[in-house]
Amino acid sequence: MAAAAALAADEAERARGRRAALSFAAIAVVLGLPLWWRTTETYRAALPYADIAGLGRLPVSERRERGSGAGAAARADAAAAQFQLSVPVAVVFAPGSVPRDLPRPLPFRDVQEMEIPVNVRTSVMSCYEMLYRSTTAQEEAALDVATAQEADAALHLLQDTSLGSLTMYVVPETSPLLPQGINAYVGKHRSALVRAVGTLPALRSRLQQLTQVMSFTASSITAALSDRVPDGQPGPDARRNLKSSLGYEITFSLLNPDPKSHDVSWDIEDAVNRYVHPVLDKLSLVANFSVDSQILYYAVLGVTPRYDKESSSFLLSAHSLPHVINPVEARLGSSAASLYPVLNFLLYIPERSHSPLYIQDKDGAPVSTNAFHSPRWGGIVVYNVEAPAAPQASLPLHVDVDMVRVMEVFLAQLRLLFGLSREELPPEFLLESPGNEGLADWELDRLLWAHTVENIATVSTTLTSLAQLLDKIGNIVIKDDVASEVYRAVASAQSAMDKLATGHLHPAFQASKEAATSSERAFFDPSLLHLLYFPDDQKFAIYIPLFLPMAVPILLSLAKIIRETRQKKEPTKMD
Amino acid sequence: MLALAVPLLLLAAAGRGRAAAAGPGRDALREELLLSPLPAGDVAATFQFRTRWDADLPRGAVSHYRLFPKALGRLVAALGVRELHLALTQGFWRTQAWGQPPLQAPAGAELWVWFQPSVTDVDKAWKELSNILSGIFCASLNFIDATNTVTPTASFKPLGLANGTDHHLLRYAVLPREVVCTENLTPWKKLLPCGSKAGLAVLLKAERLFHSSYHSQAVHIRPICRDASCLAVSWELRQTLTVVFDTFSSGQGKKDWSLFKMFSRTLTDACPLASQSKVYVDISPKNKEKELLEVTPLPTSVYEAIVQGDKRSYAVYDLLSPSLFNTSRSLNVQFKWKRPEDSSEMPIPVLHAQRYVSGYGLQTGEISTLIYNTHPYRAFPVILLETVPWYLRLYVHTLTIITKGKENKPSYIHYQPAQDRRQPHLLEMLIQLPANSVTKISIQFERALLKWTEYPPDPNHGFYVGSSVLSALVPSIIAMKDMDVEESPLFTSLFPSSDGSSYFVRLYTEPLLVNLPTPDFSMPYNVICLTCTVVAVCYGSFYNLLTRTFHVEEPSRGGLAKWLANIIRKFRGVPPL
Repeated sequence: MAAAAALAADEAERARGRRAALSFAAIAVVLGLPLWWRTTETYRAALPYADIAGLGRLPVSERRERGSGAGAAARADAAAAQFQLSVPVAVVFAPGSVPRDLPRPLPFRDVQEMEIPVNVRTSVMSCYEMLYRSTTAQEEAALDVATAQEADAALHLLQDTSLGSLTMYVVPETSPLLPQGINAYVGKHRSALVRAVGTLPALRSRLQQLTQVMSFTASSITAALSDRVPDGQPGPDARRNLKSSLGYEITFSLLNPDPKSHDVSWDIEDAVNRYVHPVLDKLSLVANFSVDSQILYYAVLGVTPRYDKESSSFLLSAHSLPHVINPVEARLGSSAASLYPVLNFLLYIPERSHSPLYIQDKDGAPVSTNAFHSPRWGGIVVYNVEAPAAPQASLPLHVDVDMVRVMEVFLAQLRLLFGLSREELPPEFLLESPGNEGLADWELDRLLWAHTVENIATVSTTLTSLAQLLDKIGNIVIKDDVASEVYRAVASAQSAMDKLATGHLHPAFQASKEAATSSERAFFDPSLLHLLYFPDDQKFAIYIPLFLPMAVPILLSLAKIIRETRQKKEPTKMD
Repeated sequence: MLALAVPLLLLAAAGRGRAAAAGPGRDALREELLLSPLPAGDVAATFQFRTRWDADLPRGAVSHYRLFPKALGRLVAALGVRELHLALTQGFWRTQAWGQPPLQAPAGAELWVWFQPSVTDVDKAWKELSNILSGIFCASLNFIDATNTVTPTASFKPLGLANGTDHHLLRYAVLPREVVCTENLTPWKKLLPCGSKAGLAVLLKAERLFHSSYHSQAVHIRPICRDASCLAVSWELRQTLTVVFDTFSSGQGKKDWSLFKMFSRTLTDACPLASQSKVYVDISPKNKEKELLEVTPLPTSVYEAIVQGDKRSYAVYDLLSPSLFNTSRSLNVQFKWKRPEDSSEMPIPVLHAQRYVSGYGLQTGEISTLIYNTHPYRAFPVILLETVPWYLRLYVHTLTIITKGKENKPSYIHYQPAQDRRQPHLLEMLIQLPANSVTKISIQFERALLKWTEYPPDPNHGFYVGSSVLSALVPSIIAMKDMDVEESPLFTSLFPSSDGSSYFVRLYTEPLLVNLPTPDFSMPYNVICLTCTVVAVCYGSFYNLLTRTFHVEEPSRGGLAKWLANIIRKFRGVPPL
């Protein structure tokens, strides 16, 4: 009797012990774990990962087969999923130049699409929104002048001046405006004159060639995307052109390694005002520029030139040019006060013992400008001082640098570095020289197209790598302001692409600039680094003294409870 | 006086001074080297390169530089700097033994800047400036922050042109821990128009310059008057470098020296861009006796001046004079003592100071400063500036100033208490120093405990307290003539004297090294482990108590005790258990 009572009491006691163990486990799981999780969690604001992934895919859209007769809906669908650049082109027919085989009476609209393959997998859609119409009375009057230049100037006043839009005036085949043998004339602004051809397809191909010259070509887009598409085969342009940036610093340096023999003076102030400023004013839409100049003495080139007996001059061969820059670079001094890339233009006056100095190209012929440029860095001009007529002339020799000669080369190098080289064109195309401004309106457009595409590509690369990094390293704190920069970058990049697809170049460029700024700011935010280094072994060293003694009894008693319930169940089964 | 039996070749400095050609926006460079033998066989060499630019620094997007370095020019223009003084120093100038320095600087890095009144956020500009300068000079100036920056009210007045002296535009910071080495010298040399390729700068060979008792390099930028009428502003950049060589120990006990012995180079030409290039050798007789020393080759001229209340004569070598290099291709100035030196006593400078920390234990201490006025009959005031880091908590009520056994009440006192982790203590006082007296200033402090992440690497080395600064107009014993400030050599033009009877001196005391209570840095982990153990033990017993099953134990039969008890019971006749 007593034994039975004791057994019952024992059983009750054992059940209480089990309940206590279970409640310990429950408290640890329900209260302890969340508390620990909450207090040690790093703050990570939500990021638009899906949008970033979408952005990363867009410029690299899969090439797909599309029938030429696809419906409008399918086309719109495809366009929405692709990176599309559209150029509004107005084609204006002067009287007597309308082709015979127009499908519809003037005016009418037409869309020409072209795929620009960047590499095997990637392509960019370019889309020319053509508006065909005939001239107005004013335009007719403007075209009724003697030369193409005058017509260009007169037509400029009548044009739609928004960035990126082009106007092509088709003049009759016999028009005296265009010189003999010239079929197209590109003016200073955003218009061109085209000689009419008999049929519409022939005209179209000529127009297309012209539009590409004035907006973008496959190679310029490939160059802009070259960083985004690693397996692409970048041309020389891609490596030469400056990266798109919010600002550039241009530094003109006069290197005088031999101040004992040459007392060089240059009127750089006047030269900058006269030649560089007009160009930079034009380019101010693209970026901020600051210009300064300095004179460095005793700055020598890194290589000793070779003496050539035949011409009794010193020669610097093409393969030694890469070694020239480094020792000079140490003296140039970086601009400590800003983060913009620096463009260096050096004017080098060779020492008296090494002059005259000439630069040889790869074939051994002297370079006519005696200058060379270094991609994404700047250019160097070697300026030889004529030996004095009388050998006894007292040293130092006073030298006044002919700035016109020098600035001509520097400006050409500047254009090259910005990717504004005049490309090889068929001989029947005539380009108007930009004159004093140094830059035609359509060249600015070309730059804007390329920079917009490049900015978007950069933003998508930056954001994708940021997203990957944050995904990979869980310790990084993502603050709200970083997240908001990322959201802003994504929104701006998307709006830039929308604007590109509708042919609004200027707002697209502005949006892409904002996107680039925001994405850089998010990527380089110092708050990302705060907890970056927090190794796991240290974490365990701190957790184990607490967690191990707490977890082991709980786990053991849980295991015991499970074992006992199993044993209890087994005999009932046997019954 | 040293008699020079040579016709003095008084050549105009404008020998080849074409760099100073007329015209607006012109700039000129003047280079000078002053060699002065110090007592005990040391030789001080002071280089000074003055670049003067007759143009206002451009503020726009376009700027053109010639001799003035672009990096500094852009910095000054971009951040609205009115005056900039940066000094990087290794070692300590022993005023008592070496005499008044031409231009002293505290050990470590010192930076003080006056900003333009147009600068709205001075603190932001100051932060940006120190960061950029640390990039230019490869120095740890980026460690300048609010905890070591002060705004003195009286000690640092603008040295150049200034309309107002609103001291809110001034920032001053010293980093006493900074070590100066070759990597700071190279960028400093790069700012010179001739680099180290020509002129006096060829002597600047790093391995010799840092093998010295004292090395101090400085950059001073200030606006100055363009001409006597002072209608336009010119900018002046002074780069100075002072080295003290111990020629006695390196020259086998001889005090003779030469340029080649000190710098292991000789001078071959002037910098072609310089409009003035001169070497001055201090040949002033140390006592009234006859000539004791000899310089070779013969100097181009002898210049006499009163510098810092002392009559000095200098042998001048004008590197631009063609006659100098007629006989030999290079100039190696040699200095010989005619007879073995009978350790001529240097006259003790009128003003000098000493500072030390006293007290024991790691809780409290005392900073004491001794200021000496050795002038026989003139009293003069001195401004003392003390900056003490916040982790030494000063007790201002313990501030005592005692001169000749009596309390000396400062006529001006400015005290800005420290805020923990925000700003240091700033104490500025104007103290009158009676003639021929020692003034002792002492103040007690308590050492604070830092957070364990705030300790620098190697905290047991101690914590530096920067030098305190003494600025005074010291009355001159000899009356000074009014000199042409622009023509006078070296530093006299940096601190122009207001009248002939006194001259300006700025002295720095020794930096202090104070020990703070330092914890055992493995302590946090020990604490974690201990706490966890205590928690685990408590939790374990608690857990055990709550989950253990208790049941009543049936008393067991048998057992040795019971058997023994029963045997005893049997003997007693009591029934067994």
